Amino acid sequence: MVKAPEILGYKRENGRVGIRNHVLVLPLDDLSNAACEAVANNIPGALAIPHAYGRLQFGRDLELHFRTLIGTGANPNVAAVVVIGIEPEWTQVIVDGVAKTGKPVKGFSIERHGDINTIAAASRAAKEYVHIASEHRRETCSLADVWVSHKCGESDTTSGIASNPTVGDFVDKTDAMGVTNCFSETSEITGGEHICRARGATEAVGDKWYATWKAYMDEVIEPHKTSDLSDSQPTKGNIAGGLTTIEEKALGNLQKIGKNARYIDVLEPAETPEKGPGLYFMDTSSAAAECVTLKAAAGFVVHCFPTGQGNIIGNPIEPVIKITANPRTIRTMGEHIDVDVSAILRREMTLDQAGDALLDMVVRTCNGRLTAAEALGHREFVLTKLYRSA
Amino acid sequence: MTEKPASPDFLVHDDRDHAGVVVVEGIGAGRELSGWSMETDATLSITTRDAIPLGHKVALRDIVNGDDVIKYGEVIGMAVADIPAGSHLHTHNVKTKKW
Repeated sequence: MVKAPEILGYKRENGRVGIRNHVLVLPLDDLSNAACEAVANNIPGALAIPHAYGRLQFGRDLELHFRTLIGTGANPNVAAVVVIGIEPEWTQVIVDGVAKTGKPVKGFSIERHGDINTIAAASRAAKEYVHIASEHRRETCSLADVWVSHKCGESDTTSGIASNPTVGDFVDKTDAMGVTNCFSETSEITGGEHICRARGATEAVGDKWYATWKAYMDEVIEPHKTSDLSDSQPTKGNIAGGLTTIEEKALGNLQKIGKNARYIDVLEPAETPEKGPGLYFMDTSSAAAECVTLKAAAGFVVHCFPTGQGNIIGNPIEPVIKITANPRTIRTMGEHIDVDVSAILRREMTLDQAGDALLDMVVRTCNGRLTAAEALGHREFVLTKLYRSA
Repeated sequence: MTEKPASPDFLVHDDRDHAGVVVVEGIGAGRELSGWSMETDATLSITTRDAIPLGHKVALRDIVNGDDVIKYGEVIGMAVADIPAGSHLHTHNVKTKKW
């Protein structure tokens, strides 16, 4: 095993390592967004993450909703959580789920109290949690304790040439250090499914991946498909950037898993990895905010995001590091980019050097450097919905 | 000490590929481009028949309507028109085989 570099992280009650120290104000449902935002307004050290759902969901869709919210609160980048919901029972489901980590969490429900009393009580709790969080100190940890997720966006042909292979080099190097990595984007492996299936650590896990991909194709694509999925796969941005078909996009996408690393398990959306260090695949949409939200909910604490045309996504709790090789993107929207690997296109930088530059940026981000998306205030928190509510 | 290699105009992933990716801006028709094979480090050349924007592909050989189109050494779609070498290869002449 190659020795992983040291980082300065927050050691949480359950043994996981975080790289940020948020106090979250988490709405159970859409109705509770206003109260959560009022609490965050009262207590500037607390962060509200409003979202659109949480009412009349049922079955697998409700399970995913709960798993995503519990996982978001449980993420090691979060020090403490205030949950607000319209009614107490489902609010308590989230509180109980987050409490399993051992971190401070308290729930408030609005029915029979109203917004104003709820906001007052929840603000007092959030204030206490801000005091607690502010006394946490970064400690020396190993990068091997850090879970890193990966997903590209607004890809173009430079993604497949350089920025995705840069992530692939990072994955190969850190897999050998015992780091936990995760890739995803089920629809976007279409055209490279034979390659992805063969990258399973065992034939069984490769078959599990293929069954996941095939189920997505049968259940989502086949009943609803249109030509080029209505310019959604590839997107208008991909096409403007020179990508012609989903197959070409998929083959570029798969560069992110490097040359040697093999995935050891296939995760449901927002499912926490439980097979130890290694590379995982998670079944997600390829839409950036949905995908990163699910990764953060599974416990990943830092995200590598290669882009071609310039996707600007961030996440409220999981820092998103942007990598691009497109010289025009650097020139026209460079404020969104953390790692510039455009020199690869000019043969002035090798992939090995680019992978090392990304590794260095991941370590710096873990140590506290704000990413471009954090500095610009990008906090896209988007829940995945499996089907219509009741 | 070897000389630093010249910056290429286009890159090719795999020697089986039918198309290269233009990595510089402002390429018009009738330009002789210099390419780099990332697989074998060989230097390639092609003369363009069309203007080709940054990130878009140039056909490296004549492709016949209905042929598979290869990039990364893999099938990325099917030609829906004849594509002479040096042409802009994109959505107007290549279509996915998946959906």
